[in-house]
Amino acid sequence: MTITLDAKIPAGPLAGKWDKHQFDMKLVNPVNKRKFHLIVVGSGLAGASAAATLSELGYNVSCFCYQDSPRRAHSIAAQGGINAAKNYRNDGDSVQRLFYDTIKGGDFRAREANVYRLAQVSVDIIDQCVAQGVPFAREYGGLLANRSFGGAQVSRTFYARGQTGQQLLIGAYQALEKEIAGGGVTMYERHEMLELVLVDGKARGIVVRDMVSGEIESHTADAVILATGGYGNVFYLSTNAKGCNVTATWRAHKKGAAFANPCFTQIHPTCIPVAGGYQSKLTLMSESLRNDGRVWVPKRAEDSTKEPSQIAEEDRDYYLERKYPSYGNLSPRDIASRAAKEACDDGRGVGPGGLGVYLDFADAISRLGRPMIEERYGNLFEMYQRITDEDPYTRPMRIYPAVHYTMGGLWVDYNLMSSIDGLHVLGEANFSDHGANRLGASALMQGLADGYFVIPYTIGHYLASNKFEPVTTAHPAFVAANAAVEERTRRLLSINGTRTVDSFHRELGRIMWDKCGMARDAAGLQQALELIPKLREEFWRNVKVPGIGAELNQSLEKAGRVADFLEFGELMCLDALQREESCGGHFRTEYQTADGEAMRNDEQFAYVAAWEYAGEGQPPILHKEPLAFENVHLSTRSYK
Amino acid sequence: MSGTSSAAKSMNLTLHVWRQAAAHAPGGIVDYPANDISPDMSFLEMLDVVNERLTEGGQEPIAFDHDCREGICGSCGVMINGAAHGPMKATTACQLHMRSFSDGDEIWIEPWRAKAFPVVKDLIVNRSAFDRIIQAGGYISAPTGTPQDANALPIRKPDADLAMDNAACIGCGACVAACPNASASLFTAAKITHLAVLPQGQPERSTRARSMVETMDLEGFGGCTLFGECQVACPKEISIDAIMQMNRDYIMASATKVELGEWAGSA
Ligand SMILES: Cc1cc2nc3c(=O)[nH]c(=O)nc-3n(C[C@H](O)[C@H](O)[C@H](O)COP(=O)(O)OP(=O)(O)OC[C@H]3O[C@@H](n4cnc5c(N)ncnc54)[C@H](O)[C@@H]3O)c2cc1C
Ligand code: FES
Repeated sequence: MTITLDAKIPAGPLAGKWDKHQFDMKLVNPVNKRKFHLIVVGSGLAGASAAATLSELGYNVSCFCYQDSPRRAHSIAAQGGINAAKNYRNDGDSVQRLFYDTIKGGDFRAREANVYRLAQVSVDIIDQCVAQGVPFAREYGGLLANRSFGGAQVSRTFYARGQTGQQLLIGAYQALEKEIAGGGVTMYERHEMLELVLVDGKARGIVVRDMVSGEIESHTADAVILATGGYGNVFYLSTNAKGCNVTATWRAHKKGAAFANPCFTQIHPTCIPVAGGYQSKLTLMSESLRNDGRVWVPKRAEDSTKEPSQIAEEDRDYYLERKYPSYGNLSPRDIASRAAKEACDDGRGVGPGGLGVYLDFADAISRLGRPMIEERYGNLFEMYQRITDEDPYTRPMRIYPAVHYTMGGLWVDYNLMSSIDGLHVLGEANFSDHGANRLGASALMQGLADGYFVIPYTIGHYLASNKFEPVTTAHPAFVAANAAVEERTRRLLSINGTRTVDSFHRELGRIMWDKCGMARDAAGLQQALELIPKLREEFWRNVKVPGIGAELNQSLEKAGRVADFLEFGELMCLDALQREESCGGHFRTEYQTADGEAMRNDEQFAYVAAWEYAGEGQPPILHKEPLAFENVHLSTRSYK
Repeated sequence: MSGTSSAAKSMNLTLHVWRQAAAHAPGGIVDYPANDISPDMSFLEMLDVVNERLTEGGQEPIAFDHDCREGICGSCGVMINGAAHGPMKATTACQLHMRSFSDGDEIWIEPWRAKAFPVVKDLIVNRSAFDRIIQAGGYISAPTGTPQDANALPIRKPDADLAMDNAACIGCGACVAACPNASASLFTAAKITHLAVLPQGQPERSTRARSMVETMDLEGFGGCTLFGECQVACPKEISIDAIMQMNRDYIMASATKVELGEWAGSA
């Protein structure tokens, strides 16, 4: 099978594409909707909003998640906010501006049509969430409050204290639970998808493991929707929840879904620095803190071990304000992260190992008073104190960049369908809207846009345009997929080597961070491409997975995920190697300007890199979807 | 160099951990040494270290629920020396750090204990009863569509803030675990209050309160006798005032149920 990439972007002017497409798409009549069975894997913002909405429309939905409740999906951890082009501040915002900021923020590596639609539906999201009772922050007059996020000069971010993701997810979760009670959705908690099943070239079901009984089960459907989140945990240490994985999308990739731009990963500038070798994850300090916090390091390396209070004002380097005066502390994430790395490489980093910079609230506290800062960021300050045992009200926070988000994901067309018929991909799991760098507060927006407002239309069109023969789990394709999962489980349990799963995961993470992290070069990537297969080979020879398959077995769950990361990591490095330019979060040290800024190469690399799986041991095949910029001018991104 | 007071001093501890192979298997306390523990580790990282050693020694690691490790997903939750989530106020087990303990300490680690939360394995319990309480009415019916503009409905800031205080619940179950009656009142009341103080929540307010409270009872949670242990254990510091709100709404709903004529149809 070979893949052809057709983005299916509707004709006509940008602003009218989505309206026209909505009218042109076929509808499924209400009575027939009941006859269609849809699988939604994932219950984060994208999955929960999709499953609830599709059930409201009348479809039969089965929804899966690996946690014990859909409410615990990783979206719950999003802190800062969600963007929408409401222009409630009258500060010049518009759909056009949100569109432009997102395209530019993504360093001109995203599709115009998808991004424009995202900006259009952003306004409906806020209305929908308020109707559900999401308690967004409000002004004293009773209207909604806003804050600013990086990469924007308008204030368009809506928030619920430092728990925006939680509140949006609870809204979607409650809608989902209502549908579960009504019988439209069957929920499968603690079920992990381990295989996608194709019948006659169409996605017709999945194989899952019941994580309590250990049973391997098959589920059939007329179409499958993956909303399984991002793959940041390939780095081991990241801000993602421990269970975040690439397994669902990787299994789909191996069945024919193209994987797009896997090397586009986001390193978030403001996370709590690593404290020790036992560290199991990294904690984000929301970007919203950069509204009031000022980032600095000492001007001289020899000052970096002094107490911050001992460093005089004139000896501090507020490097973001210095280098990027018009955006200052609100420069986009990729730029702020790299600047922090440069300062630390320069020997001016602070804290253990010199891997940290200060985020200082002293000015804001003296300007606004402590109560105002408590109101805005109280829970974040508490979290910081609990983890570090330091008081950020009296001493600047120490922060350092950490892996946070993955812009890459399964390739999808304008209808959010992958290169496999019937397999749709939503949220962080797809590649579609953020190009080479995502702006803050835009992931929540995209997840809900996909789930509430895009897939309900586009899946109807797919279902109405195709014929579906009934299939059962006795179909040979299901039997084979089931057997493959059983066999893989058996193999993992039988190796009985000497190293734990986590030790392999840590080692892979180290390789990825060193060679495919904030700065990359050809030599390092080539080394990684030698190291990863070796590690993978050792894994399958020497991993130790205690326990049995027919029980709750967390070591086995982890082993399956790490096995997939060990394959996926290689594809990421290959992708980073072929992209001989710097753009957004992908910084190739060979391609930079004299003053250290990213050097894009639009002539040769204005494309989406979509990789096709070519079989065990075969090099993957690179397909290119050219990106046409008809409505924005390709310019060098400048935040100076 | 940094302000971390506890840097580098490592501790040796003894853990007494509840082990239970499966829901219907017998369980019991097993002792494990936890040596060379850094005070900067989180409680779960300490368990990770113990588990790595168990695995290397050919033993099965201790199963416990966790995911975000940021105190927001509500996955983690164990009794630590008899206290839900351990000794630190307003802190989940994943955010508790070992600097709360001292060298030589003995630590008892057990799962939530409640009839409505049966043990699945070791420290993992089944909390799906919480989802069923939400299914009974913990939502505002607002199917996806084109509702009115968000700012067409101003909400007084104190109301929005009170809604948020209650919506902050992470559904971890500490309130149930801490309650001598294993009541789910704080969890249920937090949701009822979140929605009851908002104008959008009014149309379904009565049916919601009645149906959620009744489901809570049917699931086998105990009654509330206002011990107040729940609010002490709650990692999000949700106030017991919510329970007063729930009781008022429930009484109102029960008093009006016949007139509303919706009793029979609200199953
Ligand atoms: C700490 C943090 C803070 C953030 N803050 C913000 C913010 O302020 N604003 C913003 O816009 N974005 C933010 N983000 C990014 C944003 O939260 C995520 O990109 C977004 O929530 C992803 O949503 P999702 O629905 O695509 O996936 P997720 O929420 O990750 O959900 C994935 C779902 O898939 C399920 N799943 C995964 N694999 C499998 C499998 N194999 N089998 C079965 N089920 C599976 C999981 O159980 C889960 O239900 C933040 C991210 C982090 C880590
Ligand atoms: S692991 Fe998420 S709250 Fe503790």
